[in-house]
Amino acid sequence: MQITPEAGGLRLSFAGALATAEVATLWAEATTRARGANPLRLDLTKLESLDSAGAVLLLQLETLAAKTEWLAPSATVQAMLARTRAALAAPQPAAPPPPLPTLGQIGQAVMHGGDGIITRLAFLGEIVVSTLGVLRVPRRFRFRELLRHLDEAGLGAFGLTVLLGVLLGMILAYQSSAPMRRFGAESFIPNLVGISLLRELGPLMAAVILAGRTGSSYAAEIGTMVVNEEVDALRVMGIDPAAWLVLPRVLGAMLVMPILALLLDLSGLLGMGLVMDTLGFPPSSVQAALERSLRMKDLIGGLFKAAIFGITIGLIGCRAGLAAGRGPRAVGDAATSAVVGGIVATVILDGIFAVLFHRAGW
Amino acid sequence: MAGTTAAPTAPPVIQGHDLAAEFGGRTIFQHLNFNVRRGEIFVILGGSGCGKSTLLKQLIGLLPPSAGQAEVLGQDIHALAAAPRRALLQRIGVMFQSGALFGSQTLAENVMVPLEEHTRLPAAARRLLARAKLGLVGLSDAADRLPAEISGGMAKRAGIARAMALDPEILFLDEPSAGLDPITSAELDALIRQLARDLGTTFVVVTHELASILAIGDRCIMLDKDAQGMIAEGDPRDLRDNSTHPTVRAFFRREAK
Repeated sequence: MQITPEAGGLRLSFAGALATAEVATLWAEATTRARGANPLRLDLTKLESLDSAGAVLLLQLETLAAKTEWLAPSATVQAMLARTRAALAAPQPAAPPPPLPTLGQIGQAVMHGGDGIITRLAFLGEIVVSTLGVLRVPRRFRFRELLRHLDEAGLGAFGLTVLLGVLLGMILAYQSSAPMRRFGAESFIPNLVGISLLRELGPLMAAVILAGRTGSSYAAEIGTMVVNEEVDALRVMGIDPAAWLVLPRVLGAMLVMPILALLLDLSGLLGMGLVMDTLGFPPSSVQAALERSLRMKDLIGGLFKAAIFGITIGLIGCRAGLAAGRGPRAVGDAATSAVVGGIVATVILDGIFAVLFHRAGW
Repeated sequence: MAGTTAAPTAPPVIQGHDLAAEFGGRTIFQHLNFNVRRGEIFVILGGSGCGKSTLLKQLIGLLPPSAGQAEVLGQDIHALAAAPRRALLQRIGVMFQSGALFGSQTLAENVMVPLEEHTRLPAAARRLLARAKLGLVGLSDAADRLPAEISGGMAKRAGIARAMALDPEILFLDEPSAGLDPITSAELDALIRQLARDLGTTFVVVTHELASILAIGDRCIMLDKDAQGMIAEGDPRDLRDNSTHPTVRAFFRREAK
C-alpha cells in the first residue's frame, strides 16, 4: 500500500493481490489514515485480485472517509466489492433491549424466584400424585429399575465411601488430639469423633457423595432423555414420566443413603481407632469409651436424616434433568444444578433437623 | 442446468488414487480412482452405507484410508507433517451434516473462530468479515443468536459461512439438504450454485437427495455398497438419462431394486 497525501485529501494505492495476510498488517494504519479524509482516492489500477478480507478493508475505508473516489477497479475486483457490499448491507440483528433499571431488575428477580418456587412445588405435587397412583397399582412400579439404581448408587459407591470414612475418622482424631492433649482429655477423643460422625458427619458426607455421584448422573441421564425427546415419547404413550423415571431413582436414593451413612460411620470409627492406637489407647479402651458415650438414638437419628437427604437429592437431581433445556450446555447445566442444589438443600435440612432434634430432646 | 462451466482441462484439485476403506475386516469400498477439477461442483452420491461419508472423511484428513492416497491441492493430506498439514487445512472448508456449530457461541462468534485462530486480523476486521460471510448466506439478522435458537436449515447455512471464513479453495459439504423441507433445500442449492459461480470455489458435495444432485452437480461419482466401489461417473443428468447400470437407473428413477 502506498500513501500519497493530495490536495485536501489522500490517495491510497494498492498493487498485486490484497489478501488476508496483507490486510492484517495494513488494517490499523489504513483505517487511521482514511478516517475523515476528504476525498479519499482508492487507486486500484494495479490491484489484480482481492479476497473477502481485502474487500472488507476497502469498504471499511469507504465508510470511514468523508468522501471516496474509486480509481479504476478491474471487473473482478468490482464484482467482489459489490458482493461484499451487498452482504454487509443486509439488515443486522436488532439491538438488545436496554437493561431494566435497578428497581425493575429487583422486580424481575422476585418474579423469577416466585416462578421457580411454583414450578418446584408443582413438581413435588406431581411426584406425590404419581406415588399415590403407584401405591394403588403396584405393578406400575419398575422394580428392576430400582435394583439398577440401588446397584449404581449403593454398591458402586462402596469403595469410595469406605476410603472417605477411614480418612475422615483419622483426620478428625488426629486434628483433635493436639488441643485435647492440652487439657489431658485425649481419652475423650472417641466420644467427640463418635458423636460427630454418627449425628452429623456421616449423613452429611454420605449426602455429598450421593449428590456428586448419583444426583448428577440422574440429572444427566434424564436431561439427555429430554433432549432426545424420549420424555415426550413417554408422555405420548400415556406413561407418566414421574412414575417411570423419578420414583425408582428417588426410592433408590432413599434406601441407599442410610447404608452409605452407616458405612461412613463404621469406617470413620475404624480410622479413629487406628489413630488412637498410635496415641497409646488400645482398641478395648476406645470401644469402652464409645459404649459409654454413644446412644442408639444418635445412630438412628443420623440414619433417618440420611434417608431424608437421599429423597431430597434424588428429587433435585431428577427435577434438574426434567427441566433441562435444549442445546449442548443443557445437560451440563442440569448436572451442575443437581449437585449444587442437592448439597445446599442437604445443609439447610441439616440445620432444620438440628433444631428439631434439640426440641425433641434427642 | 449446470451450476458452473468448469473447463475439462483445468488441473485436478483433488485426486483419489486407489482409495479403500475397511472397518473391522469389512471392506466398504476399494480401488477408488477419481479427479475433482477446479471450480466444479463435484457430487459424491450413493445409497445409505455405501461409504460416502467415509470417503469425505478421508478427503478432509479425518480418517486415513486403509489403502491408496487422497491428494488434496497437490498434497497427500494424510502424509503431511503437522505444519504443512495445518496450512493445507486452512485452504479447505468443511460444512458438517448438522452444521457442527459450537453451541456456546453465537453465529458471528462461530464464524470468527477460524479468523481468530489463523489470521492476525484486528478484532474490528474480524467482526466485519464475519458479518460479510453471514450476509453471503443470508443470516445477517441472526448473527447474535446461539445455534440452539436457529432452525436446521439456518444451522447448515451458518456452517457454510464458517467453512468459508478463510476464503477456502475447496468447500466440502456433507449432506447439505438432508432433513430440510423442499423449499429450504432448494434455497440452499441456489446458494451453493451462486457461491460456486461468484467465488470460483470448488465444491465437493456428499448427498443422496436426487433433486439436489440434479440441480447443483456438474459431475458426480456414484458409490455402491454391493459393488464395494464406484459404479458410475459423469454428469448426473447424463447418468439419469443414459445409464444402463441397474443400480444407477434405480437410484435416479427412485425405484426399488
